[in-house]
Amino acid sequence: MKFLYLVYSSLKRKKLRTVLTFLSVFVAFLLFGLLCTIKEAFAGGGNAPGIDRLIVRHRISLIMTLPVNYEARIAQVPGVAAVQHWSWFGGLYQNDAKNFFASFPVNPEPWLEMYPEYLLSDDQKKAWLSTRTGAIVGKSLAERFKWKIGDRIPITSPIWPRPNDEAWEFDIVGIYDGAKKSTDTNGLFFRYDYFDEARARDKGMVGWYVVRVSDPNNATEVAKLIDQEFANSPYETKAETEAAFTQGFAQQIGNIGAILIAILSAVFFTILLVSGNTMAQAVRERTQEIGVLKSMGFTNELVLVLVLAESVMVATSAGLGGLLVSWLITLGGSPVPNVLPVFVLPMEYLLIGAAMALFVGLISGVVPAVSAMRLQIATALRRNA
Amino acid sequence: MINWLSQVVSVSLFNLRTIPSRAGASLSAAVGIAGVVAVFVGFLSIAEGFRAALSVTGPEDVAIVLRSSADTEMNSNLSRDETRLIADAPGVAQGEKGPLSSAELFVIIDLPKRSTNTDANVPVRGVGAAAGAIRGDFKIVEGRMFETGRNEVIVGAGAARAFAGLDVGKSIKVGQSQWAIVGLFTGGSGSAESEVWTDSAVLQPAFNRGDSYQAVYAKLQSPESFATFKDALTSDPRLKVKVMKQAEMLAEQSSMLTGLITGLGVFIAALMAIGALFGALNTMYSAVSGRTREIATLRALGFGASPIILSIMCESIALALIGGSAGGAAAYFAFNGYQAATINFQTFSQVAFAFAVTPRLLMLAIVWAAAIGLLGGLFPAIRAARLPIASGLREV
Repeated sequence: MKFLYLVYSSLKRKKLRTVLTFLSVFVAFLLFGLLCTIKEAFAGGGNAPGIDRLIVRHRISLIMTLPVNYEARIAQVPGVAAVQHWSWFGGLYQNDAKNFFASFPVNPEPWLEMYPEYLLSDDQKKAWLSTRTGAIVGKSLAERFKWKIGDRIPITSPIWPRPNDEAWEFDIVGIYDGAKKSTDTNGLFFRYDYFDEARARDKGMVGWYVVRVSDPNNATEVAKLIDQEFANSPYETKAETEAAFTQGFAQQIGNIGAILIAILSAVFFTILLVSGNTMAQAVRERTQEIGVLKSMGFTNELVLVLVLAESVMVATSAGLGGLLVSWLITLGGSPVPNVLPVFVLPMEYLLIGAAMALFVGLISGVVPAVSAMRLQIATALRRNA
Repeated sequence: MINWLSQVVSVSLFNLRTIPSRAGASLSAAVGIAGVVAVFVGFLSIAEGFRAALSVTGPEDVAIVLRSSADTEMNSNLSRDETRLIADAPGVAQGEKGPLSSAELFVIIDLPKRSTNTDANVPVRGVGAAAGAIRGDFKIVEGRMFETGRNEVIVGAGAARAFAGLDVGKSIKVGQSQWAIVGLFTGGSGSAESEVWTDSAVLQPAFNRGDSYQAVYAKLQSPESFATFKDALTSDPRLKVKVMKQAEMLAEQSSMLTGLITGLGVFIAALMAIGALFGALNTMYSAVSGRTREIATLRALGFGASPIILSIMCESIALALIGGSAGGAAAYFAFNGYQAATINFQTFSQVAFAFAVTPRLLMLAIVWAAAIGLLGGLFPAIRAARLPIASGLREV
């Protein structure tokens, strides 16, 4: 502990330099935190895919629809525990493209059962079951448009126009919350029976199916069985795990992971160089002092540790500071809710970031620390004198 | 004045000549700025390339007609009768075989991307016979045009590069049928080069579209006839359509993605620039403090404060420009022409494009680098000029 003061006073020696080094490392980690958040936001909205869920879609492409009666046939496939159909509604509030959000017609009861991560109170659930035009909205979405329970909202859909092109109207009967912080609460869900009756075309057709398998280890086999069931029919399917689907969808944007890794490598290479060079300079200026320390009986190892401690202290405090600030920024929600609805920095990236801060500290300090350790007392005291 | 100038020049040259003796610090500042510039240019080259792929500055005399409730071709729906009414509207240019209008379908099929080998939404367009003539620069560069009514397709050059299996001579499987790839085309304006084209009559049954279409492309007699054309269609009680210039629609459809990429690029580069600024400040402060005695000596010899300030800023800007040029060059060699494809969420389909490091971007990058150098040198320079001469001379 007594040596901590020594480290502290070396940092205080050139306050401006310490502050500038601190700030450059701080900015690098702020960027790290935000880029990781953006990567997560692109990679499927932050919702962890269920390991026991499959996505079944039309073989040709996602925009092609499947008959609603496939639901009963999929349910018959061995290994299937539950099945739910989904359709992309593409709703816009007040017919403005800026007010875009995710919206889907679903069958309320089985849907809520399949997605325990969406929390809805019992009386709101009851209200949804008894209101044909009822819709439930996520907490973040309700905040975005200032919707309350009881509101009647006009929603237009370019994909599903009503016969006279007028807006759809939904009564908000519930506001759901996410079981976890990363759960997407930017959606609107309304009743499929109402949707199917009121839409102008393609009645009886749905977008895709989500299947829960009874044993996650058999997921791929069950997917094969489902595809076989519909092979050579006018509506062939492609079934895959939710994880594979989400990953494939994110890949449509391009290899975001590779782009971000390239940026972060450039950033970290630069700060390693800058902070390493600063540390080297700080030690060079103190050559004489280190000679004094050594002649007072400080061992070589202790000198090594002292110099390393100095760079590690700057790097970790700046790194953790940067991560903390980026985390605080993500708490404020997404700056572009219509493009990237979920904007959360997952815990694992904070841990990776902390480890990297430590690494930056160690690497940038290692060369000056070793040279300080090797310093001969006589040479050190003679220098600059 | 001459004396002042010669002071500036001689001190600046002296500073620049001594850079090698401070190689480590100078190099780290330059590399820091090079990193910023490389990332900045690299990121914005994506947006530039994307914009070029959509050739937002498309022809002014091509109009597109969609159902009024639709926001993209994908969501639109027009019956055969409606497309005929549109083709016969005033303002449409006439070709040898009647009006230059094409009723089209726009759908997507899943094909694997070459780069990631995962399924991507590849756009497929069912076109009429006049489609090529409407789009001025359309050209078959390999193979031939598809034959009407047959299961044949031609592929755009961008699509052929980005998606696996789209080579002339091969075929793609769509549902139960095999479609032969008989030709490769370039041009076609907009994102056409990212698309696969076939006869609309072939596409309709494959996608259960009956006898309906999604959009009508029409070549106008002149850019001025757009108003006549538009008024005629929107006032026709039998039609519920919206009419846009193609260029206008392309600009709108690329706005979200280019906006997002540019926004992200500027944001990331700005944060990195701040980081690099601290690095540059650090370098210049230590350069100044390492030379305290020299500077004090110069001042004692009669050099003024402003030549000292200018000379230090000169050094910092020189370092920044070296770093900036290196970063710009690195970005040019690493990214220019790099082939990629991404999904445009506004059309829910892939656009193939090449990263474009344009002269405009390189200019911008050099400006950023110079700004970092300027700010990074300013404060250390002022400090150097303010040093009291007597104590400066005593400094070790």
